[in-house]
Amino acid sequence: MSVLIIVESENKLLKRNAAEVASYGVAFAEKLNISCAALAFHATNANELGQYGVAKVIHVSNVSTHFDANAYANAIHGFASQNNVTHIIMGSSADAKFIAPLLAAKLNAGYAPNVIALPDELSPITVKRTAFTNKAFVHTQLLTACTVIGVGNNAFGVIENPVTCTVKEVDAENSDSNLEQVAIEKTTGKATIADADVVVSGGRGLKGPENWHLIEELAEVLDAATACSKPVSDMGWRSHDEHVGQTGKPVSTNLYIAIGISGAIQHLAGVNSSKVKVVINNDPDAPFFKAADYGVVGDAFEVVPKLTQKLKAFKALA
Amino acid sequence: MNILVCISHVPDTTSKINFIEANTVFESRDVQYVINPNDEFGLTRAIWFKEKLGAQVHIIHVGTPKSDPTLRKCLAIGADKAFRINTPALDGVSVAQELAAFVKSNPYDLIIAGRESIDYNGAMVPGMLAALLDIPFVPNCVGLDIDGTTAVAEREIDGGREKLKGSLPMVIGCQKGLVEESDLRIPNMRGIMQARQKPFEIVPPQEAIAATQDVKFEKPAEKAEVKLVPAEDLDQLIDLLHKEANVL
Ligand SMILES: Cc1cc2nc3c(=O)[nH]c(=O)nc-3n(C[C@H](O)[C@H](O)[C@H](O)COP(=O)(O)OP(=O)(O)OC[C@H]3O[C@@H](n4cnc5c(N)ncnc54)[C@H](O)[C@@H]3O)c2cc1C
Ligand SMILES: Nc1ncnc2c1ncn2[C@@H]1O[C@H](COP(=O)(O)O)[C@@H](O)[C@H]1O
Repeated sequence: MSVLIIVESENKLLKRNAAEVASYGVAFAEKLNISCAALAFHATNANELGQYGVAKVIHVSNVSTHFDANAYANAIHGFASQNNVTHIIMGSSADAKFIAPLLAAKLNAGYAPNVIALPDELSPITVKRTAFTNKAFVHTQLLTACTVIGVGNNAFGVIENPVTCTVKEVDAENSDSNLEQVAIEKTTGKATIADADVVVSGGRGLKGPENWHLIEELAEVLDAATACSKPVSDMGWRSHDEHVGQTGKPVSTNLYIAIGISGAIQHLAGVNSSKVKVVINNDPDAPFFKAADYGVVGDAFEVVPKLTQKLKAFKALA
Repeated sequence: MNILVCISHVPDTTSKINFIEANTVFESRDVQYVINPNDEFGLTRAIWFKEKLGAQVHIIHVGTPKSDPTLRKCLAIGADKAFRINTPALDGVSVAQELAAFVKSNPYDLIIAGRESIDYNGAMVPGMLAALLDIPFVPNCVGLDIDGTTAVAEREIDGGREKLKGSLPMVIGCQKGLVEESDLRIPNMRGIMQARQKPFEIVPPQEAIAATQDVKFEKPAEKAEVKLVPAEDLDQLIDLLHKEANVL
């Protein structure tokens, strides 16, 4: 029995969420008292996982350099079945959620996504995860010998636990891909909702797309990703991939700042798992204040530029 | 062309989520069930293919007779035939196995599912189904074009989009963007009447075994009262975020 932690990389470097997934995997293996290793594709800095307690990294570079879910799942499956891997720990990115069900089906494994804590029981392994789009939690038993666990973003946190880390180059069995990448479009240099520590989000209260510089400027100071409520993307003020909520993207950041968003139940459902929520709204009765940690009752057009200025000054000092 | 749309039936987005029997069972009384919103986007796209390309659109659901009104609604919107595999949906693995067994004996050119169901947010059935059938899978699908035997499907990735091409049959897990909200259809009287005449088959299950079991539910802790900061004193907000919340 052993644990295999799947970490992701981009442009040959580990992705930000690798630290959290590794921290969870190491703690999980410790709790079960079994060994663990991490598996990375095309990551030149894979040894940095040692920072989070990973002593052994399997590095694979004989597969497609762009993400190919089926080929990657086959590679992981091949390695796992030859090395008596029983528990696979992954993240919650779009790519991780692409691979996980493929892998679980190949391994005949039970799969628990959106897991937020270490198992509360070990036999059978029982994990707590979010359900009903963050309106509740569920404790799920995994009844299979082999399991796949998807760790929610910013749910477990990063644990620094430096150890010496050795990276072993391993060739994966080559498998045919069943999908060909035709094109990829990616906003570069900008934090994404999935990766960011902070998200600044705007709603219909901003009146129109021409006012979005307010959101963007605040986001820039905070190194934050920008997001919006559903009507804002429905009206085409912002692109669809910024829409967060029950029917959009989930947000689980450390800080979520909602500006001119009323706080409808479907919006809240998608952002509830963010740690700290700040609401700026000119209506003191806006439902979002009930779900917020900090609030400012005021006109976004006055409050936001001031806040941006003050944060700039604060960051300059820090 | 034959399209199969996988339908999951979920509590309406405004439902209050409560649990009974010592928090082991979801309280479904007074809850309005609807077509999973992601599946409705997929069904709408399938009906578009029916109208443009003359595709046949079948829907399938793994569940009990409780879901029948939801399936009738899909027929009223425009699906041609409904199948219900008659067994409670236990977990993602067993549902995917039931669906895979059905598709193995009833092949389709395209299988449309939703990105995830909004109740358990598993996002696992479509991928598992594709893996069990050993055919291509595109999740988070926001664009789909079919050309004879191949499909080009666009998926949303973190911070962008990726276009993928593969041969049919294929499984997609779709979401808003594949069609827009304004494209969704509300069943009209004629559709509702026609739905009564459309074939609705009950399929015996394989009795697939679940790989997971939900044993207990919990509601999030009550939130502490919001701390309001006067709009004139934003320094206080920065101070709180820095020192108290530790997020700056
Ligand atoms: C099936 C379904 C699914 C849905 N899924 C989602 C989802 O995933 N995500 C989502 O966001 N919504 C979703 N919705 C929509 C949701 O119900 C709300 O309609 C939506 O969230 C409201 O967006 P909003 O807060 O931007 O706009 P509004 O509700 O119009 O709120 C605007 C807010 O701005 C404030 N305001 C106005 N002017 C100012 C100013 N000058 N300064 C500061 N504040 C100001 C107002 O007081 C108000 O609170 C869904 C709805 C349905 C039916
Ligand atoms: N019981 C079910 N019957 C048929 N299709 C289902 C069922 N459950 C889930 N699906 C399909 O799989 C998608 C993802 O669901 P899930 O894996 O539960 O998040 C849904 O949007 C449906 O298309």
